Amino acid sequence: MKENYTGKPANRVDGHAKVTGTAKYAAEFDAPNLVHGVVVNSAIAKGRIKSIDTSEALALEGVLEVFTHENRPGYTWLDKHYQDEDSPPGSPFRPLNSDKILFSMQPIALVVAETFELARYAALLVKVEYEREPHSTDFEANISNAYKPKKYKSTPPPDPRGDAEQAFAAAELQLEEVYSHTAQHHNPIEMHASIAIWQEDGSLIIYDKIQGVQNSQEYISNAFGVPKEKVQVYSPFVGGAFGSGLRPQYQLFLAVLAARELKRPVKVVLTRQQMFSFGHRPTTAQRIAMGASPDGKLQAIQHNAFGETSTFEDYNEDVVIWPGVLYHCDNVQVSHQLVSLDVYTPLDMRAPGGTTGTFALEIAIDEMAYKAGLDPLEFRLKNYTDTDYNEGKPFSSKELKECYRQGAERFGWANRKMAPRSMKKGHQLIGWGMAHGGWEAKQKEAAAKAVLSPEGKLEVSCATADIGTGTYTVMTQIAAETMGLPIEDVSFKLGDSSLPKSPLEGGSWTVSSVGSAVKQVCEKLQEELLKVAQKNGHEIFKDAKPEEISFANGRMFLSEAPAQSVPLLEVLALNEGKPLEAEVSAKPAKEQQKYSSYSHSATFAEVQVDEDLGTVKVTRLVSAIAGGKIINPKTARSQILGGTVWGIGCALEEHTVMDNHLGRFINHDLDKYHLPVNADIPETDVIFVEEKDEIVNPLGAKGLGEIGIVSVAPAIANAVFHATGKRIRRLPITLDMLM
Amino acid sequence: MRPFTFTQVQDVDSAVQEVSAEGAKFIAGGTNLLDLMKIDVMSPSHLVDITKIALNTIEETEEGGIRLGALVTNADTAYHELVETRYPLLSHAILAGATAQLRNMATNGGNLLQRTRCYYFYDTQTPCNKREPGSGCSAIEGYNRDLAILGTSEHCIATHPSDMCVALAALEATVRVKGPQGERPIPFAEFHRLPGDNPHLDSNLQPDEIITAIDLPAQGFAQHYTYLKLRDRASYAFALVSVAAALDLEGSIIKEARIALGGVAHKPWRVPEAEAFLRGKEATTENFRRVAEAYLLGAKGYGDNTFKVELAKRAIVRALEQATKMEPTS
Repeated sequence: MKENYTGKPANRVDGHAKVTGTAKYAAEFDAPNLVHGVVVNSAIAKGRIKSIDTSEALALEGVLEVFTHENRPGYTWLDKHYQDEDSPPGSPFRPLNSDKILFSMQPIALVVAETFELARYAALLVKVEYEREPHSTDFEANISNAYKPKKYKSTPPPDPRGDAEQAFAAAELQLEEVYSHTAQHHNPIEMHASIAIWQEDGSLIIYDKIQGVQNSQEYISNAFGVPKEKVQVYSPFVGGAFGSGLRPQYQLFLAVLAARELKRPVKVVLTRQQMFSFGHRPTTAQRIAMGASPDGKLQAIQHNAFGETSTFEDYNEDVVIWPGVLYHCDNVQVSHQLVSLDVYTPLDMRAPGGTTGTFALEIAIDEMAYKAGLDPLEFRLKNYTDTDYNEGKPFSSKELKECYRQGAERFGWANRKMAPRSMKKGHQLIGWGMAHGGWEAKQKEAAAKAVLSPEGKLEVSCATADIGTGTYTVMTQIAAETMGLPIEDVSFKLGDSSLPKSPLEGGSWTVSSVGSAVKQVCEKLQEELLKVAQKNGHEIFKDAKPEEISFANGRMFLSEAPAQSVPLLEVLALNEGKPLEAEVSAKPAKEQQKYSSYSHSATFAEVQVDEDLGTVKVTRLVSAIAGGKIINPKTARSQILGGTVWGIGCALEEHTVMDNHLGRFINHDLDKYHLPVNADIPETDVIFVEEKDEIVNPLGAKGLGEIGIVSVAPAIANAVFHATGKRIRRLPITLDMLM
Repeated sequence: MRPFTFTQVQDVDSAVQEVSAEGAKFIAGGTNLLDLMKIDVMSPSHLVDITKIALNTIEETEEGGIRLGALVTNADTAYHELVETRYPLLSHAILAGATAQLRNMATNGGNLLQRTRCYYFYDTQTPCNKREPGSGCSAIEGYNRDLAILGTSEHCIATHPSDMCVALAALEATVRVKGPQGERPIPFAEFHRLPGDNPHLDSNLQPDEIITAIDLPAQGFAQHYTYLKLRDRASYAFALVSVAAALDLEGSIIKEARIALGGVAHKPWRVPEAEAFLRGKEATTENFRRVAEAYLLGAKGYGDNTFKVELAKRAIVRALEQATKMEPTS
């Protein structure tokens, strides 16, 4: 029998390395004569550096150099040389480029010393004088200056359908509200770090924390004018990134710059505080105007988002696509405008646009359900869609109704009383809420290489990343299953820029894209094995076609005659002791263009809110997910749990505070920026519903990176309403709002 | 971090001598000081390690109370049998703070001397009178959700972050300190200061003095007590408002009441006159509400933290109700 590795729980293949500490992250690599760089950041949000005095720092023995805009070598100056795969339209920030300050905590100097301690001390001795200019960081005060970007980073807001304004005006049930949240920061546990090593031949070796080594490679190649083939980037393990590693961050540029000038390997690691000095989920306000008939049919949705961006790049995300994806409504008008502030450019953060847009839309839907006097789940069923109206295409699969059914059953939703404040235990008001969400299941072009050694060991590789999601593991499972090899005989390599081309690790497309390439490269390898067998006149396979061959238990056989199987080793032996190789680039099939592909979720939440004190505790959560085929239910569950925890944080805790007097994020450490702790996390049920999809990609699997978070915060907000009768439209929901 | 010298001492007298040097500071658990040194908020030039001094026991006193050695860890204090059985309020308060890892390192003396967690105090690129006298207070017109509503000054609205100290205030502990002039006791209410014109000073401990012990009087309120802590997440967060409540009841009549608030002022906040109001009264919600109003007289909100005025009142009522019902945890 052939061993099916996919669809079954598997331990992480890198689990042992991680728990024993042998898995090396970017900052853990070493090099002979390595020196350390520490970044100095700007105290002001806007203006210029009048003077920067580095003499005291340089006077310390062991301090090698302090790089500033005054001594930074020229290199290149065109915007395109600083753009990377994830850059929004605009003019990318260039570290140490001039005396201009564009945002608070902007890197303004790199102090390089023989030891980390010395560099950190010397950084304190750099004296900076600024010429301040009035900054503008107040989102709400500047919303009247919002503008439509010339070019959108992500999908432009979909065109209007019907006449939303008129339909809204005519609707019997109307709702018009504003939903908002402040900035949030990614805060992966591993800080951003880079090591740069210039070789004598002018080539460069880099260890970087990044969600795509080839993005760093390309960026450095362009910014420093070095041929791409001379830049080698490694990132074998990433301690979480959540989008913060999609763009090369400034520590990479600074490490390369310093290493080039000093002819020494340089390591630059950001501090936790400095993790608040670059991209973040943007502050966003969303106006939703919604009209429905008295029986609860949606008649109009207007969804108008305002998102924060920097003064130099136009960042936007897919905040307003959700009415068209999640509901049947004939009159829809959406827009997304930007508010330019003196901050660093926002950056994709777990389910960018999805987390933000779904939170607003799903609270609004709950509000409308109450206006119509319908159970929120029933309301959603009434306005269900099998069509993605943005694209005007059917979904390749959509088992959201099964998510509703199984989730509601597990949660006990049927026992819910409609009226708010209908359940109470002591001082605790109990509420039940739900929400649903979606996330696009994209396949992007990705390449993979497979090498089968004469000893029968398979190594598959691709320049993708494993940011803790389980990429190493699922790719190994896919390869082992396709090749019919024991999983122990299969390994997967990633995080090396010389490996076959990969898209960035993001957007929940890695399993879909890289996984498909892994499957296809193994199939190609099988053809190569057949060729070897036939070239050497192997009797059994003489007239066989590739599609007639099967592989299992380390053996190859005609599918119709499994009894006459041949060990792979026997076939490999015919290849004169050489390994067998194959390489493919897997592209999405044309058929996919006729469909729209999304994963879906339905989340049910129970909260307890203290009637006097306003404290909120999430006491139960059920998330049902339709994500196509689940390759590894164990790592998949972890993914969804992680998203759920983040959803709780998003609903109740996460909040980067902008001090508008100082123009600065002020709660920039993990004491003051709250992420959920164990005590905040309730019993959580994750359900994967069965979903067959033969269109989405050859694996039938949709990504799970983002779908776990999108519907959690609105489900909690809706539960808070059910508990208290108070409708909170601003995240995070804190006790003072409920007192 | 700036360079510093380091020495370890074995007894109290050497500690006092070493710390009298310019720029010297004690280090024990280091759970707060090291963080502050790393971000250059504090930069002692000389560290005196006192962890080897024999101040690490908890003993009964002749007066019928107990003495907590300054170097006993917060965890060992909270789980000590004498504390758990006779002063459960203290045990609960300690365990409401920080994390298991921090409580294992942090000492009792250090807990009293920890610095505020005001956002601006921790960011050396912003003005802060506590960190840099005369530079201004960023918090008054800035973000002040976590900050004080009672006993503030125009120069500082920082809070004292400790949970343990709130219980110690309610229990009327005495801090024993030793300096070049010998030993002196400081009643707990006089140990910490209000910011006034000198917000850089957190306490009345002199720079050349060391805390040797904390004495608890005989009365421990082990029957009717509650430590209620309200915060922005369920664990590992400083209090928005906390209440240490202790009652001595005879039937439903209050013989004595103690209430201390945390998270609202530069020191644990007590109003003895308001406590006295409860003496001889029935333990009713109405009376609790009256005492709560009295506790918050003169409270002033700064915008983000204005909600704490009402929250503190409600928390006092809830804590006293729980203490009455012998339900210390909610």
